[in-house]
Amino acid sequence: MVVEAPPTPAATVAPPRHRKIPPAVLLIGPSVVFMALLLGWPVVQGVLQAFKDDQGFTLEFVNRMVQDPYFWPAVRNTLLLIVVMIPLQFALAIAMALMLRSNPRLHKVHFFIWAIPLALSDLAAGLVWLAIFNDRGYLNSALSWFGLQGISWLAYDNQTSMFICVLIAELWRATSLVLIIVVAGLQGIPKDYDEAAQVFGATFWQRLRHVTLPLLKPSLQVALILRTILAFQTFAVAQALTGQNFPLVVGETYRWYTGLQNPNVAAALALVILVVSMVTSIFYLRALRDKNQGGLR
Amino acid sequence: MADIQISNLVKTYPGGSERATDDVSLSIRDGEFTVLLGPSGCGKTTLLRMIAGLELPDSGSISIGGRDVTYLPPNKRNLSMVFQSYAVFPHRKVRYNIGFGLRMAKVPADEIERKVQWAADLLQLGPYLDRLPANLSGGQRQRVAVARAIVMDADVLLMDEPLSNLDALLRLTFRSELKKIVQDLGTTTVYVTHDQSEALSLGDQVAVMRKGRIVQLGDPLDVYDAPADQFVGGFIGSPPMNFLDAAVSHDGGTLVLGEQQLMAPSILRSFAGKDVLLGVRAENVTVSNQRSSGDVAATVLVVEPMGSTVLLTVEVDGHNLKVQAPPTFKTAPRHTVWLGFAPNTMRVYDRETSMALEAK
Ligand SMILES: Nc1ncnc2c1ncn2[C@@H]1O[C@H](COP(=O)(O)OP(=O)(O)OP(=O)(O)O)[C@@H](O)[C@H]1O
Ligand SMILES: [Mg+2]
Repeated sequence: MVVEAPPTPAATVAPPRHRKIPPAVLLIGPSVVFMALLLGWPVVQGVLQAFKDDQGFTLEFVNRMVQDPYFWPAVRNTLLLIVVMIPLQFALAIAMALMLRSNPRLHKVHFFIWAIPLALSDLAAGLVWLAIFNDRGYLNSALSWFGLQGISWLAYDNQTSMFICVLIAELWRATSLVLIIVVAGLQGIPKDYDEAAQVFGATFWQRLRHVTLPLLKPSLQVALILRTILAFQTFAVAQALTGQNFPLVVGETYRWYTGLQNPNVAAALALVILVVSMVTSIFYLRALRDKNQGGLR
Repeated sequence: MADIQISNLVKTYPGGSERATDDVSLSIRDGEFTVLLGPSGCGKTTLLRMIAGLELPDSGSISIGGRDVTYLPPNKRNLSMVFQSYAVFPHRKVRYNIGFGLRMAKVPADEIERKVQWAADLLQLGPYLDRLPANLSGGQRQRVAVARAIVMDADVLLMDEPLSNLDALLRLTFRSELKKIVQDLGTTTVYVTHDQSEALSLGDQVAVMRKGRIVQLGDPLDVYDAPADQFVGGFIGSPPMNFLDAAVSHDGGTLVLGEQQLMAPSILRSFAGKDVLLGVRAENVTVSNQRSSGDVAATVLVVEPMGSTVLLTVEVDGHNLKVQAPPTFKTAPRHTVWLGFAPNTMRVYDRETSMALEAK
């Protein structure tokens, strides 16, 4: 920064220039305004709604949220779902992408079939799986066909089986997003690296660990952030399958807003999701940062 | 260490109409340095990749050290390879890259370190060991690829144009360096290049390829002195072999070049009265300003002083010839010079098939 530079002859002689708006500002200006209106304003509204009543600032809504008997189970379920689901999804997606890379017969058809769930709304996906898991659903019919006694998979008192049902439905529904990102990432890696590793005696697992996964890191990072944020928002599938019996944080937001008609507590819950999502993204970005900056490509 | 037997390899790429390798057979003895030489797109890399197991042949077989490896995956073949595209891992430092194969084979860390250091010294990579490949020049990256290949105690060393990206001086240095390294290692080596001088200087045997076939296989000097056909003669040597249309006289004793006559090599006795193609290397033609008996007159077109010699492009009977004269030789375009051909250095080819003619 220049603090009180002594006036140089050139500076004093130079004609006064019109202050022009830098082109960078002109270019990003519209999108900044757009973002502020569409994203920033609702966030501000949400914060105000969660912390302000007629008398001004208050923590009452946050207290009510925390003291609600469903709140902590909802947090626990959401976290549990994420911790179990994300690794499974990534393992599945990477396995599927590697299978596609080996160019089996009809690999394009496989890819499209595997991507279909992406085109389905999550509520529709929930209803599909409800048709499978309910007491008279396809699963129990199949079991009875084998002469086995059916099980109430979605019974309100069986948390474990409800969890598994929600998990399976979510796996089916949302793995394709990870798959598509991983497939795109794999396509960007030249085949030579894998071939070189093969020639130098690396086994499949060594190649995966030392070559493919490190090269895939940028794609995995994107997929991980997207999937985790979306997993915090899991809602419609659980709602369709279990109603309120398997509470999740976004489900609670919905219940407070529509069922209990309390938008303030709902806003507080929404803020919880916002903060947790942001913290996780920052964590991922830092944890997966390339130690050798600029090392890739 | 092992010998390599390749028999009748045929490979057509999916979607390709021509065979990338067409019925290639090749036998390489234990410890031998074989060079695959040929123009771009003739199937050298394809053949090398099949030896490596990165490409599977449509038919034919490959065995290494007596073991049939035709369909074995690459990691079971105990090879090492320098890729034409280097394939140096971009996410790892040079040190890790060079030691990669040893690490995969679970060699103790101190031995890896020692070997990496050895290879880095040989290839002048010492200062770059802790850099990422992205921060190296193309030639340095290529040397990393070579270093990664030579640290392995592999049965077979495959190299696909490993010196292509070095400047002329470094290439010359590393060429002899590489020859020494490989001799010390004693590893059976298959080396791909399209540089004929590299092929001649490095190989124990040279396989010249064209359009997926091996057109000549032999000792470098044989390939140079007695090219099996016009293609090989034109491809090897700098300047390449000169070719002239000539006719053998009826008694078989002279060659007729348009208006002029020339002593014929003795093998031509059985081709009396036939039209042939004469092949002669620049250094086997003497050039002088005075006529002596048996000489052929030629008109000078271009004079190129090369330092150690003067390269002349001359015209004889409508054919352009490249010949060499001593650096002190004085001539100018449109002058006439006299060329002397030594009969026993001339090669004769069939005009239709362009194959070398052997005495019957
Ligand atoms: N993956 C591939 N798919 C289809 N055709 C290929 C493939 N790789 C090579 N070819 C074709 O096979 C032929 C031989 O290619 P190859 O790479 O073996 O040539 P090369 O002798 O190594 O050439 P260069 O000296 O340019 O490296 C070429 O005509 C090429 O177009
Ligand atoms: Mg090649």
